Amino acid sequence: MLLALVGNQNCGKTTLFNQLTGSNQHVGNFPGVTIEHKIGQIIGWKNYDLVDLPGIYSIRPYSGEEKVSRDFIIERKPDAIINIVDATNIERNLYLTLQLIEMGKPMVLALNMMDELLGNHGSVDIQKLSDRLGIPVVPIAAAKNDGVDELMRVVAETAENAVKPRRIDFCSAGPVHRCIHTVSHVVEDHADKIGVPSRFAATRVIEEDAEIISALKLSDNELELIGHAVLEMENEGGLDRNAALAEMRYRFIEAVCSECVIKAQESKEMLCSVKIDKVLTNKYLAIPTFIAIMGFIFWMTFSVLGKWLSDLLALGIDEVTALVDNALTAYGLNPVVHSLVIDGVFAGVGSMLSFLPIIVVLFFFLAILEDTGYMSRVAFVMDKLLRRIGLSGRSFVPMLIGFGCSVPAIMATRTLSSERDRKMTMLLIPFMSCSAKIPIYAVFTAAFFPDHRGLVMTCLYVFGMLVGIIAAKVLSKTAFTGKPVPFVMELPNYRMPSLKSVLLLMWEKAWDFIRRAFTVIFAATIVIWFLQHFDVRLNVVGEGSTDSLLAIIGTWIAPVFAPLGFGDWRVATALLTGLMAKEAVISTLGVLMNVGANLGSAALGSLFTLPSAVSFLVFCLLYTPCVAALAALRRELGSGVKTVLVMISQCCVAWLAAFCVYALIGVIF
Amino acid sequence: MTLDNLPIGKPAIILTVGGEGDLRCHLLDMGLIPHTEVTVRKVAPLGDPLELYLRGYTMTLRKEDAARIEVRPKEEI
Repeated sequence: MLLALVGNQNCGKTTLFNQLTGSNQHVGNFPGVTIEHKIGQIIGWKNYDLVDLPGIYSIRPYSGEEKVSRDFIIERKPDAIINIVDATNIERNLYLTLQLIEMGKPMVLALNMMDELLGNHGSVDIQKLSDRLGIPVVPIAAAKNDGVDELMRVVAETAENAVKPRRIDFCSAGPVHRCIHTVSHVVEDHADKIGVPSRFAATRVIEEDAEIISALKLSDNELELIGHAVLEMENEGGLDRNAALAEMRYRFIEAVCSECVIKAQESKEMLCSVKIDKVLTNKYLAIPTFIAIMGFIFWMTFSVLGKWLSDLLALGIDEVTALVDNALTAYGLNPVVHSLVIDGVFAGVGSMLSFLPIIVVLFFFLAILEDTGYMSRVAFVMDKLLRRIGLSGRSFVPMLIGFGCSVPAIMATRTLSSERDRKMTMLLIPFMSCSAKIPIYAVFTAAFFPDHRGLVMTCLYVFGMLVGIIAAKVLSKTAFTGKPVPFVMELPNYRMPSLKSVLLLMWEKAWDFIRRAFTVIFAATIVIWFLQHFDVRLNVVGEGSTDSLLAIIGTWIAPVFAPLGFGDWRVATALLTGLMAKEAVISTLGVLMNVGANLGSAALGSLFTLPSAVSFLVFCLLYTPCVAALAALRRELGSGVKTVLVMISQCCVAWLAAFCVYALIGVIF
Repeated sequence: MTLDNLPIGKPAIILTVGGEGDLRCHLLDMGLIPHTEVTVRKVAPLGDPLELYLRGYTMTLRKEDAARIEVRPKEEI
C-alpha cells in the first residue's frame, strides 16, 4: 500500500512522518525533477509505505512543489492520502483539503495540534466535520504521538476498501455552481479518458491549468462553450475566475467552521509568539539579536563543540592511520601500494571526514532554528537586503553558513522553496570565503603585511562579497532571468523543537556526507595521489619532485598565471592541490619549496612580490571550491555538466579579478 | 486605500486583490480574498516587508505586492 502525506507548511507534517516511520526512511527522487521526497515504511504496518510530499498551500501547479505533489497523486495513484491539517489554523488548512477531495482519491484528514486547540478552550465537532467533508477525520497531536495509532487504523481501513470521498461538490447554488457544473459536463468524457474526476478537471480548466487543459484534448467547440460559461460566471458574480473559485471554497470552509469548530480564544502560543517577536523582529533589536545568535552558532561550531569533535576525530584517524601504517610496514607491503593506502586513501578521506563533526554540529543548530520558526523571521528581517540582488530573505542563512564551510551551506539551500532561488544561492555561496581558506590568508598576510593582517583579511572578505553581489546581478540578468518567486511566507508560531526531528535531520545530513566522502571524494583523492606520485613513464617519484605528473601539469598551466604575477610551476601545483582542500595550498607550497611547515617571508619572497601576493590571495579567494563542495554542488544541481561549468566559470572570474587587482596595484606603485 | 498604506494595528476588509498570475493566485489560495479581515501587525526592521494577520495566522508580504490589494478600514464601514 502506498500512502501520501500532504499538508501545508508548518502544520507538523514532518513530525507526523517521523512518528509514523521512525528511522525507516530514505530519500528518493521523483523521476524528472530534482525535488526530493522521503519514503518510509510505517512502523507496525507491514507493506505500508508513506511518501512525505512537499508542504504546500494549494495544488495550483505554480511552484515546483505544488506540481510535484499534484503529479504524484495523479500519476502514482497512492492508495490513500493522509491530509494533515493544523487545527489551530483550520480555515486556511482546509483550503488544500477541499482541492484534494476534488481529486476523488481515498483520503483521511489528520487534525493535528488538537492538544493546543483544546488547551486554549477551542474544540472541533469531529463527527460533524467528517460528515460535512465526506471523509474520515481523526484528531491527533503528532508531537505527543497522541491519536497516531487510531489514525493508522482509519487510514488502513480507507486504503484497503478504497473508500472515496462521499462528496466532491462544495458550491452553493449560484453563478459559480452553474459554471462548474456546465464545465463538468463538457469535460466529463475527456476526464474519464485520463482518469481524473470530471469535477476536478472542471475546476482545473476554469482556473486555467494549461497542463490539464492540453491533457484533456478539448475541441475548439468545447473550449468555446467553457469560455462562455466562465464569462457568464464572472459577469454575474463580479469576481474573476480565480477569485470566484477561491471565494467559493473559503465560503464553504467558513460555513463548515461556524458549524463544527469553536475557535480558541486568544491562543497562548500566539500571544507568546507575539511577545518573542517584540524582541526578535523589533525595529532596533532584530539585526543585533540575529548577529548574536549566528555568532554564537559559528563560535560553537567552528571553535568550540565542532572543532573539539573534529580534533578528536582527526586524532582518532591519525591513530588508525599510524596503526595501519605500522602494520603495512611490518607486513612488508609494496611501498607504492603502501603509499596509496596511507597518503592517498587515509590522508584524503581522513581529511574529509574531519569536516563531519562540523557539519553535524552546524545542522544541529540549524534544525533548531528551523523547527522553532526563527528561520522564517530571519527571512522576514533580511528580505530587503537580498531583494537588491534578485533573491529573497530565505537565501540569507545558507549564504551566511558559506563563511564557515561551503558544504553544509550548499546542503542548506534545500530549505528554499523556489528552484531558481535555490540554484542562484548555491552559485553565490562560494563567494563567501570559507574558513578553510584562512590558513592561506594567515601565511600570506604574515609574510607580506605583518602590520596590517586584520585589515587585509577583512578586505578580502568584503571583496569576495562584492564580487558575489556583481555575480548575482549578472546572474539575475542572464541565467536566472525568471522572476523571483514572490515572497509570500507564513510566519508560524514559535514552537519547541522536537528532539526526534532534530536528531533525524542531523543523521540524514551526516549520512549524506559520509556517503559522498567514500565515493566522489574517495575517487578524487586517489586521482590526485596518483598524479602526485608518478611521472610520465609511471615511475614512482618522491613527494615534491619536479617530475611528478602533477608538477608537469603545474608547469603546463603555470603560464596561465604569469599575467597574474605568479607564473612559477610550484604555485600552480599548489593551486591544483587546493582542489582537494584549500588548506592543501599552503602545505603543498611548503613541500615544494622544501621548507615544510616553515613557510615564511623568505620562502614566499622568492616566489611573490607584494602585488603578486595580493593577486594570489584574490585568486585563492575566488577560484573553484574544493572537491567536497563540488560534490555537494553536483548533488544539489543534479548535473555533472553544470557543476563543471560552474567550476570553470569560477576560475575565470577568479583569474579576471586577480588580473585586475594585479594591474591596478602595478599602476599605483 | 491599499494594504501597504494601512496603519499598523487597524483592522480592514479586503475589497479587491489585484495583480496577475502566480502571485495573485497564491494570495487567493492563502485566503486573501475579498471580504476577508486583515491587520498589518508590523513592518520589518529595514522598512519592508509587512507582517499581516488574517484568518487566525500570520504571514509576510512585500509592500509592492500589498500595494495591489485594495482595503477599507473596518471603522469606515
